Amino acid sequence: MFIRRYLIPRLIQYVLVIFLGITVVFIIPRMLPNDPVMRTIQELRARGSSLEPGSMDKIIADLTEMYGLGGSPLEQYGAFWQRLFRGDFGVSFFQFPTPVGKLIAIALPWTAGLLLTTTTLAWVIGNIAGAFAGYYANKGWSRSLDAVVMVIRPLPYYIFAFTLLLLFAYFIRWFPVSGGSGIGRQPTFTLPYIQDVLWHSFLPALSILILGMAVWFQTMKLVVQSVVGESYVQYAKLGGVKESTIVTRYVIRNAMLPQITGLALSLGLIFSGALITEIVFSYPGLGSLLFNSIITGDYNLIMGITIFSIVALTTITLIIDLLYPLFDPRIRYT
Amino acid sequence: MKLFKDLLRDYKFAWGFWIMCMMVAFACLSFFAPYDPTLWGVVPRDMRPSAEYWLGTDSNGQDIFWMATFAVRNSLVIALIAGLVSRVIAVTVGMVAGYLGGKSDRVLMFVSDSMLVIPLFLMIVMLAMLVRDSMNIVTLGLLLAIFGWAWDARLIRSQILSLREREFTKTAVLSGVGTMRLVLNEYMPYSTPLIFSTLINNMAWAIGLEITLAVLGLIDLSVPTLGTMLYWAINYQAVLLQRWWWVLTPIILSILIFVALYWLSVGISEYLDPRRRIQRVGAG
Repeated sequence: MFIRRYLIPRLIQYVLVIFLGITVVFIIPRMLPNDPVMRTIQELRARGSSLEPGSMDKIIADLTEMYGLGGSPLEQYGAFWQRLFRGDFGVSFFQFPTPVGKLIAIALPWTAGLLLTTTTLAWVIGNIAGAFAGYYANKGWSRSLDAVVMVIRPLPYYIFAFTLLLLFAYFIRWFPVSGGSGIGRQPTFTLPYIQDVLWHSFLPALSILILGMAVWFQTMKLVVQSVVGESYVQYAKLGGVKESTIVTRYVIRNAMLPQITGLALSLGLIFSGALITEIVFSYPGLGSLLFNSIITGDYNLIMGITIFSIVALTTITLIIDLLYPLFDPRIRYT
Repeated sequence: MKLFKDLLRDYKFAWGFWIMCMMVAFACLSFFAPYDPTLWGVVPRDMRPSAEYWLGTDSNGQDIFWMATFAVRNSLVIALIAGLVSRVIAVTVGMVAGYLGGKSDRVLMFVSDSMLVIPLFLMIVMLAMLVRDSMNIVTLGLLLAIFGWAWDARLIRSQILSLREREFTKTAVLSGVGTMRLVLNEYMPYSTPLIFSTLINNMAWAIGLEITLAVLGLIDLSVPTLGTMLYWAINYQAVLLQRWWWVLTPIILSILIFVALYWLSVGISEYLDPRRRIQRVGAG
């Protein structure tokens, strides 16, 4: 039953989303009137590189091949998928001839490390704080925490990260202005290097963490406030169960469930936010790679990052969705 | 009007409302600006705030105070275009999916779920890069509108789902009221506050993305918006050179706008349903 009623439709959806997402990525550059090949050449010219008339045809042919623009649209589409299945995203144009896949592989550990720690921490801390604030909603500390969240929550990632950068790297010079580690440092497994990385990651991590916590704090607080009124909580209270037990065992556990679904639904936003934060702090992850590719007009690289992100995000969402029955005993699909 | 008076009693809504009124008034000042915002070098460069230049001047030779009035105006116009157009999509999708149910519901919700899972920011960046040459306030608003409806369509759908189960729906259907009339006359009054609160959230999201895209250099940088002001400030190293009056103007203005819009929408949602505020996940 579980497989037929839940797993198979969910897997079909997963494949469809990836298929459609990548198809859109394929179509976007092709539906526009301007030709990316000519565009690249224009940009090269604008940058001041002089092109000899003879080499022009060669460059056009190379670019057409590189962007996968040869043949009919259908042939292009087929070739596009074939290359993707081989894990070939093409080569980066401005870091020629480094393959896009390799550039992504270098940047990925930075982004993955940053995202994994901040998202998990934000979810756990935000939910626990929100649960207690919701349970003791009338206490002073709960109200003041709520007031702070009301101001931080609406800020977009860029503005919040930039404000933190101004405050803690320029006004009070506690943290470095940019980068992932000291300039010229080779990655090694030594304590000083790890300390250096942590010190550089602190502000970007903090800004993603605080914004994430604000969201979970607020939703959890509301859910708990409504769960507290339920009769089973009243019953436990009257039965003399310790209050800390009620909050952690009964209230949080029940209120956690919608938060898991919430996490799955908001991963896309969190990921985009992390990319933007990386750009603010010039943190050497996918965000900065994206920024460089925008500045240099490296279209292959942008396509590669987008396709990679679509696959990664939908896969993680799928995993969270499939794990959901483990947390909720009511949904066992038996 | 009574609804509005009730809302103003909530301090959050009241604060949000008055701050937004101030912002709109500030934006309207741009019609009386003594300088043309598209020209450079109309005033001496890099002056500190003074009696003559209230917020100082920037390295392009523009008066920051008057530039900011244009910036707020343009950012609000972009947000309004994005918000209103995406409301049309969100309301249509939400109502059709919620009311018809069945296959159309499944297809529409599949589309909106997919849009939530996919990193939309990257899609918007890809599109923005390609239409960079023809990017103006209207196209940017429309671009954001195409991507900003998914979450709100879900909220509207779930409200329609619960309205559909109410008694009055059966009464209306059995007494021969057509679907269009039922949805427009009977459901709309219930949905209006929700649509309005999603509109406000969506506007905040649009301003946030406008700023991000501008800082990445993906919109027309000669049009003053909150984002392009910040772009030029960063581009001229205003932070390193400690020209705080220049960097902080767009930042503080946008923070005020974000907080005010958020408080407005929280005020409306709390009024709608004090137990369960319905909100967007974040401003992106």
